[in-house]
Amino acid sequence: MEIKILGTGCSNCKTLFTNVQHVAAELKLNANITKEEDMMKIMAYNVMQLPALVIDEKVVAKGKISVDEVKKLLQNYSL
Amino acid sequence: MIQKFADWLIFNVVGLDAGTHFALALNFFVFETIKVLMLLFVISAIMGVINAYFPIDRLKHYLQTHKLYGLQYFMASVFGAITPFCSCSSIPLFIGFVKGGIPLGVTFSFLITSPLVNEVAVAMFLGAFGVKTTVIYVVSGIVLGTIGGIILGQFKLERHLSQWVLQIQRDSIEQSEKWESERISFFGRLPKIVSESWGIVRGVLIYVLIGIGIGSAIHGFVPEGFFTKYLSAEQWWSVPVAVLLGIPMYSNAAGIVPVVEVFVRKGVAIGTAIAFMMGIVGLSLPEMTMLKKVMNWRLIGIFFGTIAVMFILSGWLFNAVL
Repeated sequence: MEIKILGTGCSNCKTLFTNVQHVAAELKLNANITKEEDMMKIMAYNVMQLPALVIDEKVVAKGKISVDEVKKLLQNYSL
Repeated sequence: MIQKFADWLIFNVVGLDAGTHFALALNFFVFETIKVLMLLFVISAIMGVINAYFPIDRLKHYLQTHKLYGLQYFMASVFGAITPFCSCSSIPLFIGFVKGGIPLGVTFSFLITSPLVNEVAVAMFLGAFGVKTTVIYVVSGIVLGTIGGIILGQFKLERHLSQWVLQIQRDSIEQSEKWESERISFFGRLPKIVSESWGIVRGVLIYVLIGIGIGSAIHGFVPEGFFTKYLSAEQWWSVPVAVLLGIPMYSNAAGIVPVVEVFVRKGVAIGTAIAFMMGIVGLSLPEMTMLKKVMNWRLIGIFFGTIAVMFILSGWLFNAVL
């Protein structure tokens, strides 16, 4: 699956990126995790709060996202 | 009660002499830290609850679908106050609003109040200056956002937006996506709200400690009325200087309020102190560089200039009234 983290490089965005990497490794997901920092591309996703988590081109969460939430979202998606 | 604990801890347990400067400073430090952390947690939790029920997408949807006869500026400002601010979200918010066909002035109302009135600033103010000053700060923040948006809305500033933003605006046939409210019970949300509040407290803890540390040192060692000579209400120029000094200082409210509090105790006029705070949290250089992506320097100048003037005016007003 394709996971994208939308964010412009603030601390919350970086935290989310590392959290997602950890969780994906923990769940042994075959995922391609990338960071999208280009504002114009980010805006194509229609989000108003950053960071945002995108799985397979769908925005699944935005704003502050806790590790637990990341885990839940990735688990649901990998089923 | 917290004061009693601080007294007991410093004078009885540690056994310092209550007469020394050092003991007084330490006592002040313990008292302030406990008080401020408790307030931070409570205010963050309250803001979290409000926010769970009024997310930003809801405001956008509401502003798009209702005719409000001028009230939209006020609403955007109020929402700015209750939405947690992160400078990294200001651009997506801005674009989201523009895309939704919401007028630039209304968007500015939101952008002015959002950093100015945030949970950390409110909690710190409550701890440092009490309820009355905090209410004045919050209300004036919302009023400034409203008026600022209306003024900026008159200027026809759209032409100063960046090209790609204008393109988005033109293309906004707005797929007015329905705003789906998530139906989660209050108690279902509570764990997340509590953990977020705790996250906010943890995030600013170090700044609180440093700020209160510096404040305590000044409190213990600088004589009463030290600043009165230079920064009392009589010197009209002190307010503009305070605002201008505040703009490049990108300290978060958590670190700066404890210091400002002590300044006020030592004789700085409250209006000057509030104006200084507004300059620090309301206008910042990181925000400026973020906004550069969506508008040209001229519009940023107009935006910052208008707000700075309003901060100065309110500082003078508070010095005169309070």
